Amino acid sequence: MSKKKSFLAIELQIRVKPDHSGVVTDGVKHSMNPFCEIAVEEAVKLKEKKLMKEVVVVSCGPQQSQETIRTALAMGADRGIHVEVSGKDYETLGPLQVSKILAALAKKEDAQLIILGKQAIDDDCNQTGQMTAALLDWPQGTFASEVSLEKDGIKVVREIDGGLETIKISTPAVLTADLRLNTPRYATLPNIMKAKKKKIANVKPADLGVDLTSRLEVLRVDEPPQRQAGMKVETVDDLVSKLKDAGKV
Amino acid sequence: FLVPLFSGREAETTQRGFEHIRRMKSQRMITRRTCSSVTAPRITTHYTIRPRDKDPRWEGVEMERFADQADVVIVGGGPAGLSAAIRLKQLANEHQKELRVCLVEKAPQMGAHTLSGACLEPSALTELFPDWKERGAPLNTPVTEDVFNIFTKNHRIPVPILPGLPMQNHGNYLVRLGNFVRWLGEQAEELGVELYPGYAAAEVLFHEDGSVKGVATNDVGIAKDGSPKDVFERGMELHAKVTLFGEGCHGHLAKQLYKQFNLRENCEPQTYAIGLKELWMIDEKKWKPGRTEHSVGWPLDRHTYGGSFLYHLNEGEPLVALGFVVGLDYTNPYLSPFREFQRWKHHPFVAATLEGGQRIAYGARALNEGGFQSIPKLTFPGGLLIGCSPGFMNVPKIKGTHTAMKSGILAAEAIFPKVTAEEADSETAGLHVPEYAESLKSSWVWKELHSVRNIRPSFHNPLGLYGGMIYTGIFYWILRGKEPWTLKHRGLDAHQLKPAKECTPIEYPKPDGKISFDLLSSVALSGTNHEGDQPPHLTLKDDSVPVARNLAVYDGPEQRFCPAGVYEYVPVETGDGMRLQINAQNCVHCKTCDIKDPSQNINWVVPEGGGGPAYNGM
Repeated sequence: MSKKKSFLAIELQIRVKPDHSGVVTDGVKHSMNPFCEIAVEEAVKLKEKKLMKEVVVVSCGPQQSQETIRTALAMGADRGIHVEVSGKDYETLGPLQVSKILAALAKKEDAQLIILGKQAIDDDCNQTGQMTAALLDWPQGTFASEVSLEKDGIKVVREIDGGLETIKISTPAVLTADLRLNTPRYATLPNIMKAKKKKIANVKPADLGVDLTSRLEVLRVDEPPQRQAGMKVETVDDLVSKLKDAGKV
Repeated sequence: FLVPLFSGREAETTQRGFEHIRRMKSQRMITRRTCSSVTAPRITTHYTIRPRDKDPRWEGVEMERFADQADVVIVGGGPAGLSAAIRLKQLANEHQKELRVCLVEKAPQMGAHTLSGACLEPSALTELFPDWKERGAPLNTPVTEDVFNIFTKNHRIPVPILPGLPMQNHGNYLVRLGNFVRWLGEQAEELGVELYPGYAAAEVLFHEDGSVKGVATNDVGIAKDGSPKDVFERGMELHAKVTLFGEGCHGHLAKQLYKQFNLRENCEPQTYAIGLKELWMIDEKKWKPGRTEHSVGWPLDRHTYGGSFLYHLNEGEPLVALGFVVGLDYTNPYLSPFREFQRWKHHPFVAATLEGGQRIAYGARALNEGGFQSIPKLTFPGGLLIGCSPGFMNVPKIKGTHTAMKSGILAAEAIFPKVTAEEADSETAGLHVPEYAESLKSSWVWKELHSVRNIRPSFHNPLGLYGGMIYTGIFYWILRGKEPWTLKHRGLDAHQLKPAKECTPIEYPKPDGKISFDLLSSVALSGTNHEGDQPPHLTLKDDSVPVARNLAVYDGPEQRFCPAGVYEYVPVETGDGMRLQINAQNCVHCKTCDIKDPSQNINWVVPEGGGGPAYNGM
């Protein structure tokens, strides 16, 4: 099972809403989270190597999440599940709620492996994979840059601060994909056309027995402060005196 | 039902198209004074210039394409393309016929590459959907006030807009055309049109008998140096009985079709303008929803065609759409349309509205100005041209959406009986539908364009702008365009530039960061991006021409007319001299470079689908 998220495209200039409650999302271009693309690619690769039978992609969100599911189907997933969350619920949808949904779906679908992107690039939480594993009491291989299925478990090479760490975990398990895991393939037009015939099931969180109430309240969203102009100085003495003036030394 | 077909001869037809350009260029290259001490660098790597069949890196690469068959394929998801698709499906449902209509669009979602003022005349929309209001068409701002000024540096001369003048906007709506196109896309999908945003039509396909067979979408996974990447995938072929080309102003496939079928032998060359636009959130106290302002004059001199628009939208927040249009027949290579736009905003009348406001969007697009005289032959075996691609814009009204939509509707009505006929009634494998051109000629589009045909060319007189206005007053307002003569344009826009040494550089004021801005922060607001590792889609027929001619003779006008900072002349790393740097990722797909390059050396081709600007309701 592979989970993907759609979010505002990276090259856009994001605007904070006038009431500072969030960012403007109306009509703005959405794209699949890049780490989720890598996760889908890995899942499809595993299926192509005949190590997995079926790839199911899941997305939680409003109607337009279906487009992201279609793209994943065009990349090679077999079927999709769209968990409908919209309006206020969608604005407060966070890693905890998504993990609960994924855990419920994993049990329902009898999944052996859950692959996610390591983090979404809109909120940068890096929590969903870990929380899902905890809820299911499954082992986790996070920040995966290499995954190989072996007879007695999954070998995962993880990217960590000091370098690379190789672990072996038993299945069922949760993996989160890091940048160097693979290069996702393009969703070509013939595959998009084929994807139209693949099934996307609609599910409501209530059907899964999941409570979406958020434990977090967003108090305020602000744009980052404007960059101040820099200053060029001629000599080191100049620099020191300017630093002293500014009270930095 | 996918039919795998084998077709590897993609280079042939595009090569034929470039014969003409190559011949023209060699006639014009009088001096070849190079400014650089190094040999011309390799800039262009695109396969349309460097064919892959002779390239050793492509040996053994699978070049087969999947093909699929539709009844009608439409290139371009703008007002024209979508209107045609919608009308076809309406007719199919009416007559209970099966009809497969596929539409490809290079933008990642419908409306993302749409940019226009826009003040919409709802005539064609009402023909398409008499119940457009109930369907929720985003026409939320009826025009309430119409203001026209001639600007001088610090003042303005108001011009009364008498009923009957083309600029009169009673009954029209101020719209965010991108949102309108998105809504049209939703209507089309509901009717069963297959929409494929994110896929660009990169190549026209031909039958053995020379008629159009369909289009092929772009290949993906080609590296910047032109070699295949691991993820390389061929585009797909979409075959159709008839293909509609609605690429908008100066489409790149249309450019090839003009040469292929000699469609421009009896019309004048198309002339263009560039339109730059911004969206601003202004101070609520200054917001007057429905107010429509147009100006001519400052900062342009009387011999440079252009003007401005400022529309107060009424969509629940104090949003204004404003922009500046400059005719691309300008003669001074030092002119920068972007910087004219930025300095125009400082005029007291405009600055008063913008002070205290915040800019939230930016974009640019070329538009047609040729009108009636520049309409080419519209049909050819296997296809036809709709919308701003052949060009039906009413220039003095600065409106082309209503005529584009009408052309799409008429195209659908003309081809419907032919594509649903039991037996194909055609000499060629691709259907030829000359009935489309005939019905267009007897429609209101033709009458409208005919009546305003002399207004734009009347600008070319010793009094410039003022002569044009006098002409409009007499011959359009009083005589309704019934004068028996038809004035000519001046020729190709690219040939109007004077050498730099004959012109004076223009001193533009520095942007103040509150009302006027620099180019790069503006480009960032367009949301444009492209996959970085792909061949630049701004291709040069000859990589040495930019420095040898454009820079040497015209001081590199492309660094000034590109509204996205794609072209830069930078010093070479070693030795002296300059080289052209192409920042293809910045491109906003406006097509100005292809139009205005004095050497006609730049050929804009479509990049990987999904790239380009990400306009939201522009």
